[in-house]
Amino acid sequence: MTLSNSLRASLALALLLPAVPALAQDTTSNRGVRIGLSYQLGGRPGVYIAPVTGPAGDSVRAILQRDLDNGDRVTIVGSDSAGLALAPLIRGTTPSYEIFARLGAAALVVATQTPTGLRVALHDVAARKVAGARNFALPAFSSAREWRAALHAVSDEVEQWITGTRGIAATRIAFSRGGRLFIIDSDGWGETAAGGSAPALSPGWHPNGQRLVYSVLGEAGSRIMVLELSGGANRALVSRGGLNITPVYSPDGMTVLFSSGAEDGTDLHAVPASGGAPRRVTVGRGTDNVSPSYSPDGRRVAFTSGRSGHPEVYIMDADGTGAELLTPFAFGDQYYRSNPDWSPDGRSVAFQSQVAGQFQVMTISLRDRSVKQHTSESTNEDPSWAPDGRHLVFTSSRTGVKQLWVLDTETGRVRQLTRTGGARLAAWSPRLAGR
Amino acid sequence: MTVFPRIALTVLVAAPVLAGVACRRPPATPPGPAVNQDSIDAENARRDSLARLEQMRQDELARERARRDSIANAGSRRDQMLEAARETIRNPVYFEFDRSDLSPEDQARLDAKIPILNANASLRIRAAGHTDSRGSDEYNLALGQRRAAAAKRYLTQHGIDASRIETVSFGEERPAAQGGDESAFAQNRRTEFEIIAGGDNIVVPSGP
Repeated sequence: MTLSNSLRASLALALLLPAVPALAQDTTSNRGVRIGLSYQLGGRPGVYIAPVTGPAGDSVRAILQRDLDNGDRVTIVGSDSAGLALAPLIRGTTPSYEIFARLGAAALVVATQTPTGLRVALHDVAARKVAGARNFALPAFSSAREWRAALHAVSDEVEQWITGTRGIAATRIAFSRGGRLFIIDSDGWGETAAGGSAPALSPGWHPNGQRLVYSVLGEAGSRIMVLELSGGANRALVSRGGLNITPVYSPDGMTVLFSSGAEDGTDLHAVPASGGAPRRVTVGRGTDNVSPSYSPDGRRVAFTSGRSGHPEVYIMDADGTGAELLTPFAFGDQYYRSNPDWSPDGRSVAFQSQVAGQFQVMTISLRDRSVKQHTSESTNEDPSWAPDGRHLVFTSSRTGVKQLWVLDTETGRVRQLTRTGGARLAAWSPRLAGR
Repeated sequence: MTVFPRIALTVLVAAPVLAGVACRRPPATPPGPAVNQDSIDAENARRDSLARLEQMRQDELARERARRDSIANAGSRRDQMLEAARETIRNPVYFEFDRSDLSPEDQARLDAKIPILNANASLRIRAAGHTDSRGSDEYNLALGQRRAAAAKRYLTQHGIDASRIETVSFGEERPAAQGGDESAFAQNRRTEFEIIAGGDNIVVPSGP
């Protein structure tokens, strides 16, 4: 929290640009701040990240490069050994902009280590000038986790300068493996056990990024649990017997929506996040209603329901009224669709759909209900949106075991996130702002 | 069984007599030891009676062993009946893909549990629903719950008090069979039954 504030404060001081006031006020806007960089809009600007001198310089450069690459909005230029040879072209008062322009770079990112962290200057190659510069505080290099998190926040800021859209490097993904909860950085580094009870399933993030809600299966029934990520405090939110699964926080963090049932089907129930009596939301009449996902404004909910005879994705108002079928299916189709996740921009819902007996990740546009299939190799399931509304993390068995993969829904590019098998039921965190 | 050397004893006792006959001397010599047939008979009778006693004791032991064996056999038959009753209670029921309705065969399996539950009011069971690995991990938890509930509903509709049957679902988390073929899938789409109270002293109902 303090780090995030200091980032903003230092930004306001250091980034001497007309657009700065807008950034200081509105961090939730998808538009954010752009440093009016000169490049073809709609294309992917080339970005050259200069070698960084100093003790952790190579790590700084490698992380910035990888983060911007993972963001899929820019093309990294000169990330190979040849790129190091270009370094002398930057030093001095005027970089050799025409050479970088010929290499396809629209922007140069020049980072310098300072006693308190990092100073980052962004050069506009076409305009042949420094477009902006800013100081970032970084914790000590020895505290690797915090240091990397702060550096990811720098990457996200740089991505916003260049493209106008904040990156997603400073995020984490929670998931379940072998009945235990884990958290991994968005770049696949630093996988750690999160603690809590076991066997744990279906983690969901609190919007503050510091708390998980999840389900734990017991011999006599399942419960909804809440785990504080700092300190590890773990408490039961719902333990009323029967089945209590697939919890999610509402976008305001005030409510947990989950599926509950015993002998007469399962319905979605809402419980105050601080605890209390659950209130039934869906009227499934003996059918199963699970896996809810709120729209970003918290007013609607997508969920899986078996009310038509087999599972399909429905959307309804958050109070349970106005439920309508979202995913189209052919009459007599024995396959099904499930596990919706409403995109952070509100425009589409990701879900899984059986194709030839195997689940594939799909998205459906809420504007025209057009469906796009994003995977086809092996089984791919349980998609969860990144805060940019563009990337999805999902479970894939394409290597023979279940691993988490990240998909760019615009280009179809995928990368493997986890390296130890059995990972599933991933949930992408909100932006973590340097924490 | 001890072999009693009665003949040998007789020979030993008779030996000095024969020796006396063989070494007969003039009458002036003092007479040899007189053969007392009565004492020999008495000694033989005493030993015979000891043997009979021993025989009676052995016979008594054998009878006692037989009596114990018979009790043990009866107990083991009872154990077998108890175990068979417990197996009937535990016998799982199976389902089609994404279904929770009970086939006639499964209804028969549940019917077999009813007299045992009726004869043992303190018997409590837990029905645990499971699925194969093909569906959604999360939806399968709900489907498993529906399978457990289907079995419970059938039993309560046939007179078993609902408070005696707990339900729980493990979805696809605890497969009975590993593997990705239909044979494994079919074994995994099931409701299992566990005795959670009153299983030690089951009254086995008589008759079918």
